[in-house]
Amino acid sequence: MSRLPASLIFGAAVSAVFLLAALVSFLWVPHDVTNLVIANRLQPAGGAFVLGTDQFGRDILSMLMVGARTSIAVALVAVGIGIVLGVPLGLAAAATRGSLLDEVIMRGNDLIFAFPSLVIAILITAVFGPSALNAILAIGIFNIPVFARVARGGALSLWTLDYILAARTAGKGKLRISAEHILPNIANLLIVQATIQFSLGILAEAALSYVGLGAQPPTPSWGRMLAEAQTMIYTHPMLAVLPGLAIVLMVLGLNLMGDGLRDLLDPRLRRARG
Amino acid sequence: MLRFILSRFISLSLSLAAASLVIFLVIEVIPGDPAAFMLGLNATEANVAALREELGLGGTLAERYWGWVGGMLIGDFGTSYTYRVPVSELILDRLWVSLPLAGYALALSTLLAFPIGLIAASRRGTVADYGIMGGTQLGIAVPNFWFAMLLVLVFAVNLQWFSAGGFPGWQDPMAAIKALTLPAIALALPQASILARVMRSALLDTLGQDYIRTARAKGLSRRQAVLRHALRNALIPVLTIIGLQFSFLLAGAIIIENVFFLPGLGRLIFQGITQRDLVVVESVTMLLVFAVILVTFLVDIAYAAVDPRLRRK
Amino acid sequence: MIEIEHLSLAIHDTPILSDVSLQIGKGEIFGLVGESGSGKSMTALGLMQLLPDGAELVGQARLDEIDLLTKSEAQMCALRGNELSMIFQEPMTALNPVQTIGDQVAETLLIHQAAKPSGARRIARDRLDRVGLSHIGMDSYPHELSGGQRQRVCIAAAIALHPRLLIADEPTTALDVTTQAQILDLLKELVAEEDMSLLLITHDLAVVADMADRIAVMQTGQIVEQGPTADVLREQRHPYTRALFEASSHQPERQDQAAPEPLLQVRDVVRTYPGRRNGLIQRGAPVRAVDGVSFDLHAGESLGLVGESGCGKSTLTRAILGLEPVQGGAITAFGKEVGPEMPNALRSGIQVVFQDPYGSFNPRWRVERLVAEPFHLMPTPPSGAERRDRVAEALSAVQLSPDDMTKYPHEFSGGQRQRIAIARALITHPDIIVLDEAVSALDVSVRARILDLLADLQEQLKLSYLFISHDLTVVRAITDRVLVMQAGKIVEEGDTETVFSAPRHSYTQKLLAAAPVLDIAKETPLDALV
Repeated sequence: MSRLPASLIFGAAVSAVFLLAALVSFLWVPHDVTNLVIANRLQPAGGAFVLGTDQFGRDILSMLMVGARTSIAVALVAVGIGIVLGVPLGLAAAATRGSLLDEVIMRGNDLIFAFPSLVIAILITAVFGPSALNAILAIGIFNIPVFARVARGGALSLWTLDYILAARTAGKGKLRISAEHILPNIANLLIVQATIQFSLGILAEAALSYVGLGAQPPTPSWGRMLAEAQTMIYTHPMLAVLPGLAIVLMVLGLNLMGDGLRDLLDPRLRRARG
Repeated sequence: MLRFILSRFISLSLSLAAASLVIFLVIEVIPGDPAAFMLGLNATEANVAALREELGLGGTLAERYWGWVGGMLIGDFGTSYTYRVPVSELILDRLWVSLPLAGYALALSTLLAFPIGLIAASRRGTVADYGIMGGTQLGIAVPNFWFAMLLVLVFAVNLQWFSAGGFPGWQDPMAAIKALTLPAIALALPQASILARVMRSALLDTLGQDYIRTARAKGLSRRQAVLRHALRNALIPVLTIIGLQFSFLLAGAIIIENVFFLPGLGRLIFQGITQRDLVVVESVTMLLVFAVILVTFLVDIAYAAVDPRLRRK
Repeated sequence: MIEIEHLSLAIHDTPILSDVSLQIGKGEIFGLVGESGSGKSMTALGLMQLLPDGAELVGQARLDEIDLLTKSEAQMCALRGNELSMIFQEPMTALNPVQTIGDQVAETLLIHQAAKPSGARRIARDRLDRVGLSHIGMDSYPHELSGGQRQRVCIAAAIALHPRLLIADEPTTALDVTTQAQILDLLKELVAEEDMSLLLITHDLAVVADMADRIAVMQTGQIVEQGPTADVLREQRHPYTRALFEASSHQPERQDQAAPEPLLQVRDVVRTYPGRRNGLIQRGAPVRAVDGVSFDLHAGESLGLVGESGCGKSTLTRAILGLEPVQGGAITAFGKEVGPEMPNALRSGIQVVFQDPYGSFNPRWRVERLVAEPFHLMPTPPSGAERRDRVAEALSAVQLSPDDMTKYPHEFSGGQRQRIAIARALITHPDIIVLDEAVSALDVSVRARILDLLADLQEQLKLSYLFISHDLTVVRAITDRVLVMQAGKIVEEGDTETVFSAPRHSYTQKLLAAAPVLDIAKETPLDALV
């Protein structure tokens, strides 16, 4: 077993902590976050409330745990949308390079790229109202051309190789070749991109919740915690610092894990490791 | 080169047309009856009919679409349902806050990122490199609006160097720029981190190319090879990222207005959403998308200026 | 006078060079010959002090009075491009794509402050003219030039300041035969004019036989033999020199067993590609890659197809394999039509071996699955034990062990990978195998063994070969008949020996004149002729 990169171990550990917190929150949280007990408002850290309470009396640690759930769920499903829809499109475009299908897919990609996630979120929420689902859609739709582009780029560089010609001489069609030869060999690229898009998704969800376009009350979300903390920032800065720190740590963990994965999966280094 | 610009311009127009079609369909077709949607609970038959009249929703879809596009081309963005003033008036003032902010942030992030990326690549593997990689990792992970809050806390509240928010208008340019500085820094930090890393990896890639070896064999020192050969080639992937960044910066500018109480497009559009003012939402979205497509066009032109292989179209 | 004494090199503690000593006189062409991994490039990079990180070099290297290895980096920068220069193997990537060629040649002058900008441009123009590019503007970019032209630009930049020593590391390996001849002639002329020494590094004995005054043969980091070219090639004292010589001129033993009936018939085949995009809508004129080609391949025959890059042979290959449609004419095999719609049973009768041992296999598949891939063509592909047996049979036929089927491609050397590729081509018991530059990427000694293998297999399994190559020596060694292709057309056809000794078409004559030949009669040791 070869030595895993330090970044991978550290990043995976940090991400795992948040994932664990999110999963545990389904079963148990220190204090119920939907029950606003104003009497408990603005308690300092320590004692029954490990990280203190906010201005509505809600336990910050519990809010962070449930908020982790929101962030992870949104980012994860958005990545799922991007992969499930984007990768086949990218593979199809590469397999039919230069054809009308390729042009259409590329133009479609460019069109979506012209709409930042925020703008897509604006369009969706203007018509359907704000919610976590709409945040997922907005971030997910933007992920589609990202994965399509990565898949297409990776696939194109493989289509010119001789083993693809050999597969065609063995009578295999483009669909089969894309599945048997191309997809496994771009999997590494896709995995690394997925961790990047996941961490970007966490940031995007926080931004959308911050401006009110994401998960609605009473579902806690880190972004909305920051929005609510903003009015208290002069007197109780910790209310703003803690959710922000959570975001930073989670994203940092994911990015480190992505870097570590990239190093681990790099074929040039892999050959040296044997 | 001229032919290249022309073909890119055609691309730009096509993209704009396609984008406008998408926005039109989402805003005016999906809600069913836009007028009823906008009125919400007040949607009596009489009110709906009156609103439809006012918004010019009588024609066919095609007529309405061309009416909208035609209007925009001459600067008429319709009348806001909530404020009862031409949307163009609402937008113009706010544009002068959001666009300069995005531009300011872009300039800052580029100015920061280039030297940092250059240093990291030239001193690969040294303490400086690791330090820069670590710092940028942190920079990428920080949400810009949270960083903005921290900046307000430190620089406005504690140190009192900047005001905590607000925008005094452009009559006094220096004051205006000062008011935009903290927001621009908050926006620029994560983007500069991304750009610096891209710069570094692009440079490292080019440094491994054969033509660098040729340059060394001609007697160029490492530094000369980087400056005279690697840099310009590394610019090509970096330009892509700068183009993409502008769209993120614009989105970020809109969000960050919330922290600094800036009278930009952000508040306009978020209020538009809560008040179901589809006219405002439709026009502002179109504007934002237009800005992104325009920047893509400019980046394409810049590409061709840097890379002669692209010019022979 | 260049003197290298007891040069030893280790990179990260791996020994690369061991006690290398040689001398190059003024105005002399010195050939450094060896296969890949022999250390010849590293010797050159050591002289230039352009070694990779982790390199430890000991010994002495002197360029007349200059003691090269004691110089600091700054001092070396002043020497490189000035007193000693180097050109490399891959001209396609050797130039900065975003700078004009004029600027890149002038740069040598400007860096060494040998001229002001205007003067530098004049001198650069003069140098470019000297290397034969007088018809190319100074404001051209590298992508507008061919490989040969780019190499000339590199030469111009390298000799701009009249260096005492020019090192050329495999300068023509990536070029066509005719271009190679022109570049080598250019180098010879420059050596004579400038009274410059040339260190020519190559794996090709024929090239040094033509060019070099003295040569040294390298094997795994050591010089095994050196001396005046004619002497070394005639005497061949060291066993490695003998092996190298033998491999370079190797002719596998073959019997002519061609039957009169044609297996593959190509009639007036035309293959056109749509032109390049000129704008959003327009396209340029269509390109005729294959322009009316006709020939037959008979049972048991080995037919060669020779041509330089761009002549259309790859396109023709893909059409013959039924991977691409033809726009005119027809290809028939075993009496049935060949094309993208051809039935799998027909495909299994025509298989292929490609050039690149490193791109020929999906790196994530084991050898068993790779070799068995053509079974997809069979209506009921064998599986389980039967499949393994068939794969084992194929691997044994190419002199590999059946146990190898559980390994991954990266565990094998280049020559072994080509054997695996041949096994894959054999698995469906085809009658025709197309070999597309199948030995071009291999070292000379490995190549000889693969050619032997191919000859054996042809005899044992009654195969017919279509052997495509740009390397005339290889084609001469293994084919019965040969076709010469130029710009999409076959310009000459006939028995290999006849065509090679008495070419009729001017292009064939030009090709043969350009190809460096290792003259066996002149250089074979006398005792081997008995």
